[in-house]
Amino acid sequence: MARELKYADKATQQLFKRAQEEQIPNVWDRYEAMQPQCGFGTLGLCCRNCSMGPCRIDPFGNGPKTGICGADADTIAARNLVRMIAGGAAAHSDHGRDIAHTLLLISKAPDCDYKVKDERKLKSIAEVYGIETEGKELSDITKEVAKATLNEFGRMEGFLSMATTAPPARVKLWKKLGIMPRSIDREIVEIMHRTHIGVDADYKNLMKQGMRAALGDGWGGSMIATELSDVIFDSPKIQKSSANLGVLKKDAVNLVVHGHEPTLSDIIATLSQKEELIQKAKEKGAKGINLAGICCTANEILMRHGIPLAGSFMQQELAVITGVVDLMVVDVQCLMPGVAQTAKHFHTKLVTTSPKAKIPGFDHIEFEEDRAVEIATQIIEAAIDNFSNRDSQKTDIPRFTEGIVAGFSTESVFHFLGGTYRSTYRPLNDAVIAGRIRGAAGVVGCSNPNVDYEEGHIRMVKELLKNDVLVVTTGCNAISCAKHGLLKPESAFKFAGQGLQEVCRAVGIPPVLHLGSCVDNSRILRVLANVVAEGGLGEDISDLPVAGAAPEWMSEKAVSIGMYFVASGVYTMIGHPLPIMGSRNLHKYLTEEIEQEIGGKWAFELDPVEAAHKMLRHIDKKRKALKLKPMIYPQAFKPEE
Amino acid sequence: MSRHITVRIERCVGCHTCELACAIAHSQSQDIETMMMAGEKPGYRIHVETYGPRSIPISCQHCEEAACALACPTGAVKRLAPGKPVLVDHERCIGCSMCVQACPFGVIALRPDGKIAFKCDLCISRLAQGLDPACVSACPTKALVLQEDELSNKDKRKAAVQKLAEAREAGAEEVEALSG
Repeated sequence: MARELKYADKATQQLFKRAQEEQIPNVWDRYEAMQPQCGFGTLGLCCRNCSMGPCRIDPFGNGPKTGICGADADTIAARNLVRMIAGGAAAHSDHGRDIAHTLLLISKAPDCDYKVKDERKLKSIAEVYGIETEGKELSDITKEVAKATLNEFGRMEGFLSMATTAPPARVKLWKKLGIMPRSIDREIVEIMHRTHIGVDADYKNLMKQGMRAALGDGWGGSMIATELSDVIFDSPKIQKSSANLGVLKKDAVNLVVHGHEPTLSDIIATLSQKEELIQKAKEKGAKGINLAGICCTANEILMRHGIPLAGSFMQQELAVITGVVDLMVVDVQCLMPGVAQTAKHFHTKLVTTSPKAKIPGFDHIEFEEDRAVEIATQIIEAAIDNFSNRDSQKTDIPRFTEGIVAGFSTESVFHFLGGTYRSTYRPLNDAVIAGRIRGAAGVVGCSNPNVDYEEGHIRMVKELLKNDVLVVTTGCNAISCAKHGLLKPESAFKFAGQGLQEVCRAVGIPPVLHLGSCVDNSRILRVLANVVAEGGLGEDISDLPVAGAAPEWMSEKAVSIGMYFVASGVYTMIGHPLPIMGSRNLHKYLTEEIEQEIGGKWAFELDPVEAAHKMLRHIDKKRKALKLKPMIYPQAFKPEE
Repeated sequence: MSRHITVRIERCVGCHTCELACAIAHSQSQDIETMMMAGEKPGYRIHVETYGPRSIPISCQHCEEAACALACPTGAVKRLAPGKPVLVDHERCIGCSMCVQACPFGVIALRPDGKIAFKCDLCISRLAQGLDPACVSACPTKALVLQEDELSNKDKRKAAVQKLAEAREAGAEEVEALSG
């Protein structure tokens, strides 16, 4: 079926057109072939948790109203949703665990290919765990921090230490509600227990466990992934780079990294600059080695090395369709097995590296962190060797790229607002209090063929900017914003309201701040905690004039992220609803009643501009409650009187 | 020539997708999530029934001598033209349920609001746009097909002939083996 992708960046449009014309397999075609999708699944009313089933509830009330065990629509939809959270929290947290393992390796084998690059960050984490650092050897601190963070995953008693860095009022509330995470893994396991046949059937009680596991992700697994990545690979620095498939080069060996973990790709980023390997590429007739990234692996090495972004989740096959990707190396998460079908039409070599992720049609070169340089070299050499197999008749590199500025972090960006000598969140809080900035929004998350690609991301972000809302971004939204020119400081003058423009001009930042990969949503949690601590905007995250959004979400990770933002007190807007619409009670609970308990809630709105307006209304509600000053400049979407 | 929804029984996995697709196609919003929010219940005009291990979707056969049309006291249930589906004229229907009682397949019912009879209309509005009926396009295993009767007969005859031919060949081999 002819799709237009009219909101997509121009490179995507060009290559999608090629895919259609040449009948090259792609995600949009597979999506069309899948229509119409199962209504029971869409509504969350299908249960496969035991073998009395599968069961499904008739959403229109003619057929069965309960499963064979007697579970009703509320129970089934709630069980399915928390199992999604378990999947998402497991993915993020396992990523965090791997990074912690690498830190432990550094402490045990000082000659390994990794080093502690940010000692200050290491010490700040040591502080969270009460680890004494004064007069101690770096390797000892490293070992103790690695062990303390690894201990969080299977902690046997007490609560997650990392989660105690949330504002005190929030921690108190979590404890009162019984949702303070006890460990990272345990909460995920408990979801699997509770959703086994014949355990938890109370949808509200199931949601409580969903929140607890999600908090163990956001304030645990993801936060550990972020913090320790900063220690090992260095904290992000402001980087100028470029984005979109036009970054691939006709005359260089193009190596694309894709997935989520930086452990291998960070080494590849360094090695690809090595003269010896560049020389090898030249011997094969290439002008050099060109590294580019897809998905969050891309974000990780963009913010630390300035490596260009080739594209987002939806572009992984399109990268292959350029005909110039000599090798695509993947680690974990969001890897479409379909890429192997696309690659059959081209010379592109595909390589999996994680023992957790093997894909038919991919070669497997298993990554071991204690042989990092050796394996990374092997992969780069495989890319160089494949350069000569390129078919010049089949190459089609779109000429589109956008300039970007990325590499902001919890520590760096907001300190900029205060200037180098006044490193504090005060100016940000003051800008909000004075009505120069209306509030802040975290717009994050995946892309999904069930909506017009990038319409949700771009139209929502632009509507927020226009109304003086500072936007922070991660994941695939960050890549979409990058491709559409929203990550440049000068874009403030084109898209932002007058108040936000003034702030961006004064500090020299883009109106949309790239905070990293999807585990780096934990940076947003930290920013929120810091803003609360700075004072003047209430006592808790739920008091802040902020909102979160994932307009084109698709993964289980997105559900976990959404839930930890809601449980942290944030109004969280997604485009397509969660798969719970078959349960009126659960829908009402998540989008209304839960706010009374936790201060945040879910909202579903497919129209991105209307969704932005709902976020603005929420921000205004919070401004009113804090008795903040009226906005300095007239607003396109007027606050209610 | 008339067209019917042919059921390829061996392909039906009993997923009930046809029922949902039918309800959505006859709804205001045409979107299942919006229907949930609005509490809209347009009812199904196709039903998946089971017999032993088999699931079989069943809906109006649009009979030539339609018992429902004959039973209708107001002339609401009728075929507009030869070869076209049997439809219920909502203006004329008084909800007496005579057609419901007359239908030998049990595929006519009163609408959930009880006012008028409702049955499969072969998705005439979709047919007008060149689309298959909603249940047919939704079936994930292609167990439902909208086909000319003659075409579906042809398929069945071919399948039967193939079986006969294979049996004959197997028989010949057996004879050969015995005589060899």
